[in-house]
Amino acid sequence: MAYSDKVLDHYENPRNVGSFDKNDVTVGTGMVGAPACGDVMKLQIKVNEQGVIEDARFKTYGCGSAIASSSLLTEWVKGKTLAEAGQIKNTQIAEELELPPVKIHCSVLAEDAIKAAIEDYSKNHAAGAGEEKKTA
Amino acid sequence: MPSDLSSNHFELFALPTSFSVEQGLLSARYRELQQATHPDRFASAPDQERRLALQRAAQVNEAYQVLKDPLRRAIYLLSLRGLEWNDEQDTVVDTEFLMAQMERREALSEVRATTDPLDQVGRILDGVGTDIRVMTEQLASRLLETDAAALAQAKDLVRRMQFLYKLRHEAQELEAELEDER
Repeated sequence: MAYSDKVLDHYENPRNVGSFDKNDVTVGTGMVGAPACGDVMKLQIKVNEQGVIEDARFKTYGCGSAIASSSLLTEWVKGKTLAEAGQIKNTQIAEELELPPVKIHCSVLAEDAIKAAIEDYSKNHAAGAGEEKKTA
Repeated sequence: MPSDLSSNHFELFALPTSFSVEQGLLSARYRELQQATHPDRFASAPDQERRLALQRAAQVNEAYQVLKDPLRRAIYLLSLRGLEWNDEQDTVVDTEFLMAQMERREALSEVRATTDPLDQVGRILDGVGTDIRVMTEQLASRLLETDAAALAQAKDLVRRMQFLYKLRHEAQELEAELEDER
């Protein structure tokens, strides 16, 4: 199966590969896996006091489409608020990368990863900062 | 012996519909069924009969592939019990488990840079093999029960084991490559 030029570009020159310290309270870590293909994806965001994502990193073991989906996502979330980043849909990623139907699940994985990272950040931040903890 | 196209894989092999399968019996039945459905036997039979025999032979092969592999057998059994698999949407989010898998992937990708790559890949395979063995036993025990909680736990175990199978496959490929290079 042929990859699109955009997938190849991200695959050959992945953006923002690496890790942040997951214990840092300004960092949110999202880990997700796709059992059907065994892909594992880690997406991390670094968030400033205004709730804006300043930086992002990823590490993905999987096919070219999974790597491209997470690489693209790290570019997209930078500069976005948590709320905005949470709105990103897998269909947007699939469209941008021109993923074929059999690779749509890679974009689903990326969407789940950013959601998990945001959730993790919110949890850490509420606990770490020890301020106005929500009771819900 | 039933060879009705509508029978399930276990019935086709005249085995009880359960996770535990006697390997010796499975192989013996496979040989019998292969002989009974072999296309050569139907070379001079009417068209329709020949087509049917071909279909049966294909079904026998597919059933054997599923039944001999514990993971595929578990997935098939759970489907018979009404569980639905959505490979496109099902994701696993157990951070600790995934982190451990990622560390293993990293270790595997760095094997070539170590002083004794074959020994290193052997260690990884040992670890994965142990996990698979333990989880297969847990799966067997969950599959003895058919209540909703047991089904959900079995599905979760299958989902985890799929990562381990994939990792084992990649480690085995690397091991074969390293052995070829020696």
